[in-house]
Amino acid sequence: MQVTQWSEALSGWLMGLGLPGWAAIFLVYAVGSFILINYGMLSVLLLIWITRKAISRIQDRIGPNRVGKYGLLQTVADAAKLLSKEDITPYEADKIAYNLSPILSVFGVLMLLAVIPFAPGLTGVDLNVAALYVVALGSIGIMAALMAGWGSNNKYALLAGFRVVAQLLSYEIPLVLAILTVVLLTGSMRFGQIVEMQSLHVAGFNLGLGWLGIVMPGALIVFFVSSLAEAELTPFDLLEAESELIAGFHIEYSGMKFAMFFLAQFLNAWILGAVAVTLFLGGWQGPGVGLPVIGPILGLGYFMIKVYGVYVLQQWIRGTFPRIRIDQMMYFAWKVLVPLMIGLIVAQAIIQKLPTPVAIQYVLIFIANVGVMAVVAYVLQKYFREEQIRTKRSFEPTSLIGGMQVSEKGTMY
Amino acid sequence: MLSQYFFILIMSGLAVVLPLAAIVMGHFLGPRRPDEIKNDIYESGVETIGETWVQFRAQYYLIGLVFVVFDVEALFLFPIAVAYQQLEMFAVLATIFFVLLLVIGLLYDWRKGALEWQ
Repeated sequence: MQVTQWSEALSGWLMGLGLPGWAAIFLVYAVGSFILINYGMLSVLLLIWITRKAISRIQDRIGPNRVGKYGLLQTVADAAKLLSKEDITPYEADKIAYNLSPILSVFGVLMLLAVIPFAPGLTGVDLNVAALYVVALGSIGIMAALMAGWGSNNKYALLAGFRVVAQLLSYEIPLVLAILTVVLLTGSMRFGQIVEMQSLHVAGFNLGLGWLGIVMPGALIVFFVSSLAEAELTPFDLLEAESELIAGFHIEYSGMKFAMFFLAQFLNAWILGAVAVTLFLGGWQGPGVGLPVIGPILGLGYFMIKVYGVYVLQQWIRGTFPRIRIDQMMYFAWKVLVPLMIGLIVAQAIIQKLPTPVAIQYVLIFIANVGVMAVVAYVLQKYFREEQIRTKRSFEPTSLIGGMQVSEKGTMY
Repeated sequence: MLSQYFFILIMSGLAVVLPLAAIVMGHFLGPRRPDEIKNDIYESGVETIGETWVQFRAQYYLIGLVFVVFDVEALFLFPIAVAYQQLEMFAVLATIFFVLLLVIGLLYDWRKGALEWQ
């Protein structure tokens, strides 16, 4: 089934009204991208509200409940407050890097919205290199963080900036390799096509449950863990460890510039969730998306439910997990995730060339993925179990007498 | 085909202009009363000693180097992955050999201690 893109339909309609072709395309693209960017920036108000509510509930609090119904307008009030704050530039800051980095960090995140397929025929632009585009844009945020750390003329900010670079670079590799497994299986980098291949037709009716995450749960887990690190969420939020670095690389920023970093961070978590949904959880696929009129509306609904579900899961993890140490974080990326993903890719490449039916290939890929999942789960549970013991021990009185020495078992390797 | 990138171009323009507009608006809406202490560098209330732009650990540089190697090799794998269904046996073996080279690089970094973090 070939679905017409929204942009083609709209520009065709405008040309029917008598506009020249280039003007119609320009108008449609300008309006479309304006709506997309504004959606991205305004949805952050909702995302922050969800985060605060979810974490409040985990910590047995009520959370924001004064401004508006259920505190929904709290973030709007916060944004208005930030707008009226003084814009401070510290002495001897590197003016260009300092002022450019908040814009760059938002830019790198907002541009990702262009390739996310929201519903059948509702993608900003269905690029044929969408997977590469996502990988390429990932590095702009890293550069923005380093520029902020360097430009602020503050040692804490510089330290945090370097930590960000080390962390984001390390977790970029497993993320890219997890995307690669999907491309290897589907043979396409076009997100629209990857989503369409995740349909499941039973007797001519599209159930929309042929999600790749079912075949490759291991790649999904690795993608999810790396996206937590890329979005700077809790098990990996070392770069804003309050007790060590005060607040992170954006400590010297105030007012709207600070708000831009905040916006980029929350939106990044959401968009990485959206990419995960697109690649592994079927995107807009769901029961009944093949139907003629209500199909696209259902698709948009399924997509939003899935993405906000993943977002709530991220916040749940953020509210309940302890923060890991930087050496453990590096070990986990380079010595666990990267070798595992390379092994998985080699295994998948061999399996896909076996002279067997496709169904058996899928079963073999599933088995390889379960192996990956088992190793990741084993390492994580080992780490978190020992971390729990270590934290408890440091509160026992004997440990105060014997010094706060941590046993060597606390480390991962 | 090209018009797709036209969309990206328009969107990248707007993605710079809209955040910039918000920042400029905040700049003019907020008060402006700079003074000595406010504009000083914030370091838990302690004055910064010496240069701020100090030399940094070589560890970060090593991680950066390892990243470049892996990222570039992963990018080479993307076109292979797209064309994988049509590949011949020789090309498949070459791909696996290529990935094994990556593994040897990782093992080398591991043995040399580039992945250790003290």
